[in-house]
Amino acid sequence: MTPAEPRAAAPAPDTAPDNEPGATPKAAIGNGTAAGNGKAGKVAPARDPWTAACHRARLHVVTGKGGTGKTTVAAALALTLATEGRRVLLVEVEERQGIARLFDVPPLPYEERKVAVASGGGEVRALCIDVEAALLEYFQIFYNLGFAGRSLKKMGAVEFATTLAPGLRDVLLTGKVKETVTRLGSDNKLVYDAVVMDAPPTGRVVTFLGVTGAMSDIARRGPIHSQAEGVVRLLHSADTIVHLVTLLEDMPVTETLETIEHLRDADLPVGTIIVNAATVSRLPPASLTPAAENRLDKSRLAAGLAQGGITADDAMLDGLAVQAAEHAIRVLDEADCREQLVATGLPILSLPRLVDGGDLGGVYELSDQLAEQGVR
Amino acid sequence: MSRRVLDLGAILRDSKTRVVVTCGSGGVGKTTTAASMALWAADAGRKVAVLTIDPAKRLAQSLGLEALDNDPRRVDIELADPKGELWAMMLDTARTFDEMVAAHSTPERAKAILVNPFYKVISTSFSGTQEYMAMEKLSTLAATNQFDLIVVDTPPSRSALDFLDAPQRLSSFLDGRMIRLLSAPTRGVMKIVGAGFMLFSKAVTTVLGGQMLHDAAQFVQLFEDMFGGFRERAQHTYELLRAPGTAFVVVSICEADSLREASYFADRLRAERMPLAGLILNRTHPPLAKLPLPAAEVAQEKIERSAPLAAAVLGIHTDRLAVRAAELHMRARFDRVHTDLPVVEVASLASDAHDLPALREIGRRLTAA
Repeated sequence: MTPAEPRAAAPAPDTAPDNEPGATPKAAIGNGTAAGNGKAGKVAPARDPWTAACHRARLHVVTGKGGTGKTTVAAALALTLATEGRRVLLVEVEERQGIARLFDVPPLPYEERKVAVASGGGEVRALCIDVEAALLEYFQIFYNLGFAGRSLKKMGAVEFATTLAPGLRDVLLTGKVKETVTRLGSDNKLVYDAVVMDAPPTGRVVTFLGVTGAMSDIARRGPIHSQAEGVVRLLHSADTIVHLVTLLEDMPVTETLETIEHLRDADLPVGTIIVNAATVSRLPPASLTPAAENRLDKSRLAAGLAQGGITADDAMLDGLAVQAAEHAIRVLDEADCREQLVATGLPILSLPRLVDGGDLGGVYELSDQLAEQGVR
Repeated sequence: MSRRVLDLGAILRDSKTRVVVTCGSGGVGKTTTAASMALWAADAGRKVAVLTIDPAKRLAQSLGLEALDNDPRRVDIELADPKGELWAMMLDTARTFDEMVAAHSTPERAKAILVNPFYKVISTSFSGTQEYMAMEKLSTLAATNQFDLIVVDTPPSRSALDFLDAPQRLSSFLDGRMIRLLSAPTRGVMKIVGAGFMLFSKAVTTVLGGQMLHDAAQFVQLFEDMFGGFRERAQHTYELLRAPGTAFVVVSICEADSLREASYFADRLRAERMPLAGLILNRTHPPLAKLPLPAAEVAQEKIERSAPLAAAVLGIHTDRLAVRAAELHMRARFDRVHTDLPVVEVASLASDAHDLPALREIGRRLTAA
């Protein structure tokens, strides 16, 4: 796919009347099953899911339940934001080296490395934050302790300190992220146009971002304390926005809804819900329920197949009907899940399930999809 | 295919099998698989307990589990074999830890430990505590000899097999060397670790505050005489896991990330000489109709307008064939590395499984070999 394609498609929503959901690829993807809500007047179907607040933010925090494809989506988002010559940093905070695997590069050191080029000359750099290294970095800055760092690490002293106070760990990680967001280059301009953080999963993210709570773990007057205050300011400012990745399945959706509430309670800005691996329906809406109940007219199906030169016996017809039923049930279940997400009032971005999508090609494909839905 | 098929039916039915542990990365259906295996074995007439970690709400409800509860409860259902019994529980990590403390110390001492703020950190958020407690609970349950079979679900660990490492990590962390160094560095010690440590100690105190270190030091002191018991227990659990009556099964879906984790699990279990029974390849999509891709594609295009519904049904079929091709490719790659690992494939259900009929259906597919 050429990079020009998504942008060529983008003007379409402007030319289409507002009340025509499904008229553009964007509406079909983003709001496919929400069309009915348009009539209720509550959700504007043509609303740009990438809101002004998303566009304005510079730190994009991407969270999601384990197994929802959080890292892949974070990478795709970084790639999309890096188009048109921008520079984006993709940060990993759980030391899993998921980014390195995704971009097929050797494990990342505690150092910013270029991992991908976006269309229009932009670039994505990646950083895997190592908590121990981050703590030693502090000690070096504030206590000139660099020389002893290695032996302390060997003794397990650093692990000890971060275990003793798990909040310290989070403050160190978010502190480093803040440093990258606010860093100025020699030209006195911001080094990164945006920073995308592959954050801890939904179960942990509110504690992780709730640095205020973690600060009780930390001595009042130390240097890390004042650093933490700066982090709190950043996370609650318009520079930060949190995106939640989910599958259209029971458990991830429930966790997403709970996390949204907790984020709102903690006064953290929620940006979009990013639905990953959505099933694209093959069946016309009217056929979904009959198909799901395995009530498709088999003689009609056989006649249709015969027109295509396929002589179908009963076994084949049954097999095809069961496959169609499974597909329809899946689509209907996903529609239910999507409705619950729509009820939050948050904008929804939607990514299709990719066959064999766990590689770099898949990341670019998802990135194109995000661009088509207005992410910039 | 010449490779060995994982015969779970034989394993679950065998009276010599006392423990089955499922492991794998998050979101692969581990809990559901564990519940299905337990139900299947109970239907086969065994007295089974399933220990779950974080089940989906509806799944928990269908097992009669309303809240975290540290003792197995009997699931009130009719089983195929009336001799069978199904019991279920949801692990309460903090409570298991509390119980372990109580079992290894005097009441006064236990009380002092439980109120120590540092203990709260360790018992709730030390990475690995959940894994450790799952194994601790397994050990306790197995010792009661109350069940023919215990099926254990493991937490989706950040790093695979934390449950094997956690006891070791926790005890080396708690053995107090570091805390003593930090809270009361004596001259003799300082000679060994050098002047850098003095600075470090000062820095840590500045960062964490003196109170924290004080709490930690007190905690370690209280904990000290329990260590012997803890280590013994950890060793005991480890031996139970390695015993012939235990079977580990790795659960994975047919995707690159998940299979990479599964590969790691398999290697690690073998390195530890744990009894690895095989791999459950969950939620696969074998085609249900014998219709080759080229014929389906040609026909689909031809009847797109004249018979749109039949064309859509063919579209579903070609999608499925594409997914299947990717799955087979993934599986072939995995098989090349783990040539002698028995595998069983479980075809995906249309919906998430959260009721007993669905669990039974999965049980049937698991044991179809």
